[in-house]
Amino acid sequence: MMNYIWSGMIIISFISACITGRMAELSNAILQGASNGITLVITMCGAMCFWTGLIKIADVSGVTRVLTRVLTPLLIKLFPDYKDNEKAKGAICGNIVANLLGLGNAATPLGINAMKEMSKTNPLRDTANNSMVMFVVINTASIQLIPTTVAMLRQSYGSNSPFDILPCIWITSIISLVFGIIMAKLLGRKSI
Amino acid sequence: MSILGNYVLPIVLTLIILIALYKKVHIFDVFLQGAKEGLSSTLSITPSLIGLVTAVAMIKASGALDIFSAVISPITSFFGVPSDVIPMALIRPISGSGSTALLDSILKENGADSLCAKIACVMSGSTETTFYAITVYYSAVSVKHTRHTVPSALFADLVNATVSIAIVIIFF
Repeated sequence: MMNYIWSGMIIISFISACITGRMAELSNAILQGASNGITLVITMCGAMCFWTGLIKIADVSGVTRVLTRVLTPLLIKLFPDYKDNEKAKGAICGNIVANLLGLGNAATPLGINAMKEMSKTNPLRDTANNSMVMFVVINTASIQLIPTTVAMLRQSYGSNSPFDILPCIWITSIISLVFGIIMAKLLGRKSI
Repeated sequence: MSILGNYVLPIVLTLIILIALYKKVHIFDVFLQGAKEGLSSTLSITPSLIGLVTAVAMIKASGALDIFSAVISPITSFFGVPSDVIPMALIRPISGSGSTALLDSILKENGADSLCAKIACVMSGSTETTFYAITVYYSAVSVKHTRHTVPSALFADLVNATVSIAIVIIFF
């Protein structure tokens, strides 16, 4: 799938640039994009190491185990392939908690951690199982309790009440999350 | 509210350290062990991130979003949707920094309390960058066949854009 999406993006860019006459900008973007990519990697590497380090402490001291016990009923429903896998469930919990708390740069490292745990017992190495798909879909639609970037931007442009959209944001993210989960469940019925 | 947000991170961090101290964990040794794993995780997602970031930069520079918006706008404006939010709906699943930049310009041009600005804020605050998450998570475990991930995630994004528009129009 990513094969088609990636090539699609590049081909669409070329055709669009032909139409809009922005070939010089496109050419620039190709060179700039690649170096922006490595800047992004270096920027996130720090958070990545810090959070994988911290989650290890949480694992060893039993914090994750307690969290997992609380969330287990939910985890079994969403990730049935890992209902008896304590390590995977713990890693998934870490990611979900980070998402809920709005710790954006912690959620990604913890999510990667969870994917690695899930991948260990995945029978087909290069193919995602239903629980892995569910996990990624939940992360693409994640719920933020306090969307700081948005509120900060609104405030800086002189909004009277920058947080009045919060209920709308919560409702919208819950609705789209639920629809994402339903869709993943439905499409997941097809065998691999 | 934003002050409350500032507390979350330090509290989580301190709490974990305190519990670990209580349990007599060799905190720093364990931390280093984990942090080393972070290094190899970063390395394993580097190639795909460079690929994705470049393709996204190309899409943004080529004006493809303007073309798509121009095609979709007549249909959506029929339903009373401000045409400024269409590019937002299109870029949100592809690029996080791109949508923040777009949000900035929408707020600047329309005012922070306009209907259009509110819709754009809800769109941008209520979801994650879909393709970024898919790329990062799957490349970290070298999964090639993502099966129904993209259709499900994009469906959620479509629902997200539609609900964002509807809910702001209803609420305000």
